[in-house]
Amino acid sequence: MAEKNIKLMQGNEACVEGAIAAGMKFYAGYPITPSTEIAELSATKLPKIGGKFIQMEDEIASISAIIGASLAGLKSMTATSGPGFSLKQEGLGYAIISEVPCVIVNVQRGGPSTGLPTSPAQGDIMQARWGTHGDHSIIALYPSTVKEIYTTTIRAFNLAEKYRTPVILLMDEVIAHMREKIEIPDGDEVEIYNRKKPSVGPEKYLPYEIKEGDIVPEMASFGEGYRFHVTGLVHNETGFPTSNPDLSENLVNRLFNKIEDNVEDIVEYEEYMLEDAEEVIVAYGATARSVKSAIESLRAEGIKAGMFRPITIWPVAEKQIEDIGKKAKRISVIEMNMGQYYSVIDRIASKYTSVDRYGRVNGELITPEEIISFIKEG
Amino acid sequence: MPSELVDKYFRTEFLPHIWCPGCGNGIVTRAIVKAIDNLELNQDDVCIVSGIGCSSRASGYLDFNTIHTTHGRALAFATGIKLANPNLHVIVITGDGDCAAIGGNHLIHAARRNIDITTIVFNNNIYGMTGGQYSPTTPTGDKGTTAPYGNIDANFDLCNLAQAAGATYVSRSTVHGANMIIKQIENGIKNKGFSFIETITVCPTYYGRRNKKGDAVDMIDYLKGNTINKSAYDKLSEEDRGDKLVVGELYRGERPEYVESYDKIIKSF
Repeated sequence: MAEKNIKLMQGNEACVEGAIAAGMKFYAGYPITPSTEIAELSATKLPKIGGKFIQMEDEIASISAIIGASLAGLKSMTATSGPGFSLKQEGLGYAIISEVPCVIVNVQRGGPSTGLPTSPAQGDIMQARWGTHGDHSIIALYPSTVKEIYTTTIRAFNLAEKYRTPVILLMDEVIAHMREKIEIPDGDEVEIYNRKKPSVGPEKYLPYEIKEGDIVPEMASFGEGYRFHVTGLVHNETGFPTSNPDLSENLVNRLFNKIEDNVEDIVEYEEYMLEDAEEVIVAYGATARSVKSAIESLRAEGIKAGMFRPITIWPVAEKQIEDIGKKAKRISVIEMNMGQYYSVIDRIASKYTSVDRYGRVNGELITPEEIISFIKEG
Repeated sequence: MPSELVDKYFRTEFLPHIWCPGCGNGIVTRAIVKAIDNLELNQDDVCIVSGIGCSSRASGYLDFNTIHTTHGRALAFATGIKLANPNLHVIVITGDGDCAAIGGNHLIHAARRNIDITTIVFNNNIYGMTGGQYSPTTPTGDKGTTAPYGNIDANFDLCNLAQAAGATYVSRSTVHGANMIIKQIENGIKNKGFSFIETITVCPTYYGRRNKKGDAVDMIDYLKGNTINKSAYDKLSEEDRGDKLVVGELYRGERPEYVESYDKIIKSF
């Protein structure tokens, strides 16, 4: 048996390592706390593997550059934080409508605006979902440990390639900057998904045609002889603009449904002591770690508490949350914001059980003690 | 009969184009394909990147690798494309609003990096797509729908801007002189670095009509009478130079090209 590759690693570093394991060959970014290490490490590591890093003049340029690089065939990523994530929304919408795979990391910090640059917050849940204008769906993942940052970053690339869509990786400042033990799997243990290349020659290629049995169009790269057109306008399967109402309706529906119809494949979550739980807590990221600790104490006191932790924040694990709602006496959503994911859980579960929330927005983590008191106070 | 250039380089199924009668954009677009034809570039190796606006619609009509991006960001997309596939001849089509207002910062930094991209600005002195608002190149005093009492902004000299920011090929031409545009685009593509070609075009519909500049022919005549070639200009004394617009190749420089510099880092490992 090969020796295990165990490392002490920072969360932001695990993100870069995961991205490289997934096949990242291009990174464009702009410095912003608390995500900067992702840019620094990408700048250091990418040229060593024949990849490329560029520090662009701003956040919009960064996401534009990764879309361009992805269209030219390279797996691409950018990372930012709150204020930068606001600026990324323009490019995010473009990547959605033009179906360009890419990964956008948002190491969240307190907002709004410049907010609390070095403090944790979970306030970008809704911006990840609805930040860019227009109707669309989105995939957003939310790791909770350094190890999970590694595996989830790989998954973000895989989902981006599989569904031809930008994938958002939401991270917490405290995990991005925390060092934890992580076992790096061997290369051949890592499952990698690559975009499906055209199965036909250039003369028959339609860049936005869905082949029978496929979820998304086959994707050629610029420079491979296919000479296709890409636009942010509503387009038909040739890739050229159209304002035909039926085609417009079809495109927006298809972009929405390619994600929403595949929730079972995309959704990932952890169930912690849920089997007999009466008090169910929904939490994600760093907060879920405090919740786990709180649950152990509550259980020791005879309170049947458990946790549902979405790792895929968007799309929502509707079915699982509905099932929990049918069984639990109460669901409490605990998050470092003013109830952003609570509104989602409440919509799904409140017809079956009571749904409460606890949160804070002062840049401090939610402690296990606070959670214990909140649950006990009923 | 359409020319052979149209058959070879245009996606004829998407013609006619959306430009107004009298618009100069067709002259510049033809010049682009003529330059590519003269250089005998393989169509598969050319990538045309455009922003948003009248000029930026050109990418869709052209049979290359083409992308119509977001407003102002063509150069940022192009930077990613060029870095990812340095074999591509990357040509950016942009307008005065796209390139000098919302995309101004990207222009400065693409020029500063001297990345091997050829940028062609269709400068019509107005925001045409949105119906005639004043742009960064609308002459001071001229009118737009958002400058009903005359524009009080100073207008941008884009060639000076590009040169100061670090472009290694800078030229200006007008739609009166198609051959000059073609030559400049050829030289811009041949330049290993950031090339900036400003082509003054005409918008009789929005800029011309509001400013009583006459029809398309009058506007092109005006360009003929109010421009001076750089070689002639340089021979004039300071007082004889007047305020004519200088056209021609305005600057050539030599600096390391960005992608080549990055490749040196890769090769060092």
